[in-house]
Amino acid sequence: MTHIDRRAFIRLAGGAAVLGATLGFPSLALGAPRRVVVVGGGVGGCTAAKYLRKFDPNLAVTLIETHPTYTSCFMSNEVLSGDRTLESLTFDYDGLRRHGVEVVIDHVTAIDPVQKTVRTAGGNQFGYDACVVSPGVGFKWGAIEGYDEEVAETIPHAWYAGPQTRILRRQLEAMPEGGTVIIAAPPNPFKCPPGPYERASQIAMYCKHHKPRAKVIILDPKDAFSKQGLYIEGWTQLYGYGGDNSMIEWVSGAAGGEVESLDPGTRTLQTFVEEFRGDVVNIIPAQKAGAIAFAADLVEGDWCPVDKRTFESTRHKDIYVLGDASSAAKMPKSAYAANSQAKVAAAAIVDRFNGREPGEPTFTNTCYSILGEEFGISVAGVYHLDAANNSIEEIPNSGGVSPANASPELRKREVSYAHSWFRNVINDMME
Amino acid sequence: MQRDDTMTKHVRYLLLTTMTLLPGAAMAAAPAAAGPSAEALAFTCAGCHGTDGSSAGPSIPSIAGMDPEVFIDVMRAYQSDQHNSTIMNRIAKGYSDAQIEGMAWFFARQRLHLRPQPHDTALAARGAELHEKHCEKCHENGGRPGDAGTLAGQWMPYLEYTMADFLAGKREWPRKMKRKVDAAIEEEGEQAVPALIHYYGSQQ
Repeated sequence: MTHIDRRAFIRLAGGAAVLGATLGFPSLALGAPRRVVVVGGGVGGCTAAKYLRKFDPNLAVTLIETHPTYTSCFMSNEVLSGDRTLESLTFDYDGLRRHGVEVVIDHVTAIDPVQKTVRTAGGNQFGYDACVVSPGVGFKWGAIEGYDEEVAETIPHAWYAGPQTRILRRQLEAMPEGGTVIIAAPPNPFKCPPGPYERASQIAMYCKHHKPRAKVIILDPKDAFSKQGLYIEGWTQLYGYGGDNSMIEWVSGAAGGEVESLDPGTRTLQTFVEEFRGDVVNIIPAQKAGAIAFAADLVEGDWCPVDKRTFESTRHKDIYVLGDASSAAKMPKSAYAANSQAKVAAAAIVDRFNGREPGEPTFTNTCYSILGEEFGISVAGVYHLDAANNSIEEIPNSGGVSPANASPELRKREVSYAHSWFRNVINDMME
Repeated sequence: MQRDDTMTKHVRYLLLTTMTLLPGAAMAAAPAAAGPSAEALAFTCAGCHGTDGSSAGPSIPSIAGMDPEVFIDVMRAYQSDQHNSTIMNRIAKGYSDAQIEGMAWFFARQRLHLRPQPHDTALAARGAELHEKHCEKCHENGGRPGDAGTLAGQWMPYLEYTMADFLAGKREWPRKMKRKVDAAIEEEGEQAVPALIHYYGSQQ
């Protein structure tokens, strides 16, 4: 049962607390504590670590992450508009440490599913009874000719929040009035489906105040995108979309939006149909699972197949893959989805340690986008497992996007709720 | 009548306390059905409402310690689009009656952790008087978790939205509430509602 129940029980049981705890946690009765190693300190990894300790405080949980602090990608488009600082998105791992998670700052280089060990660049080795892998996405360099990791230092993707977000922000500030910003959106599937379009909105929001003759062009290999109807509504209302002086232009795949190559020197993008030269260029590359997923043989194609009841890898036993790197259709690759999946995996791991069959999973996704100072929209989904097809399906007649043509008051409230969503995702994953 | 209400309340909290002590009893109270456990369902709320329902703010409400009947009523209202909702109407439709009941009992058992909020102390003091006079009878103990919804320490923007919806006729008034709010406004003018909200926000 829950943490609270145990606490209340222990408090009231007084002297019998030790006995109560022992009876409550069969894993302790078996001897040495069970070890879980969590690879990756993003939303999936952090949430899993916190909830593993919440479900069973006797577990030895070690989280290994390359960076000493976490910077959220969600809300980082607001850094581009100048509404937020990158520091306001950056958090340390002390909250997890207070939950009894051992946090190791190191880079995982290998996972041995037979010996059940994790090895790091720092030369350390960690044995595990269960391993959680939540590495996020990696990029398919080479999909756009002329765009690679080195070029990305000056023509940023900024699809991980951090130094590249700052570079993109500085470039926007340095851009001359009347300049052109080009965002090359990625093909499906990718992390944060509404993200490129929110980014265009946030950049337009900045330009509207500081460079009102600037243009933001989205070059897209796709013919449709997440929350499209609501974006068009918001862009029309806020940025003159569709009119002669529209600040935002979206070039669909059918209209020739797929970028084939980049000339970094002139910041010129070649599409099938024509050339586009930008004063500021942001290329969001095609994506695949993070590097460790490939190194640890957890992928089929670009992503990691899992048993969706538990998020255990179908390729290697006792390894659970969460979040963006997993194949979790039909959940999107979002922060909330990773948070939701992490709790399912944590519960399954604890169930198995205690000799129980994992229970029926349940999942939720919510995701907000901010198109203007007072224009927020959202998407929500409540999901259940379709065990026969190993797929995650939405509950019929639930979820979906904000209504079209909602009142200005509701759009404004959704901005406020977007900020609160951010605070609570951080709270639930690492505080 | 007053006495009956008080009795009901005592029985309810006795029941709640018993359930907290006996996890098995809580399970037994939830209708036995296949599907996700009440805990698993409730954990999915935390990304927006904070771990175990104590929201880190600044606007999404805390639901920890919420009265189970209020929880169920609110979820049903969302399901039938009766509240001027942004997102909860879409989410509430994803759950069965039994699942909502299970989540209601889960959150009823959670302790509410409050966080400080910026507020105007003079306005809050005036709000305290208004509360005592017009609201305390239903929202007992300054609006702490009870059977009329949690107000004490609730995030102030959420209280503002909810009051605006009541006053604009976009949300149905609970029994007697309109009369009480009207009386407070009669007494204090347009500062009545902000004063009350600052009073609730001032509590930690």
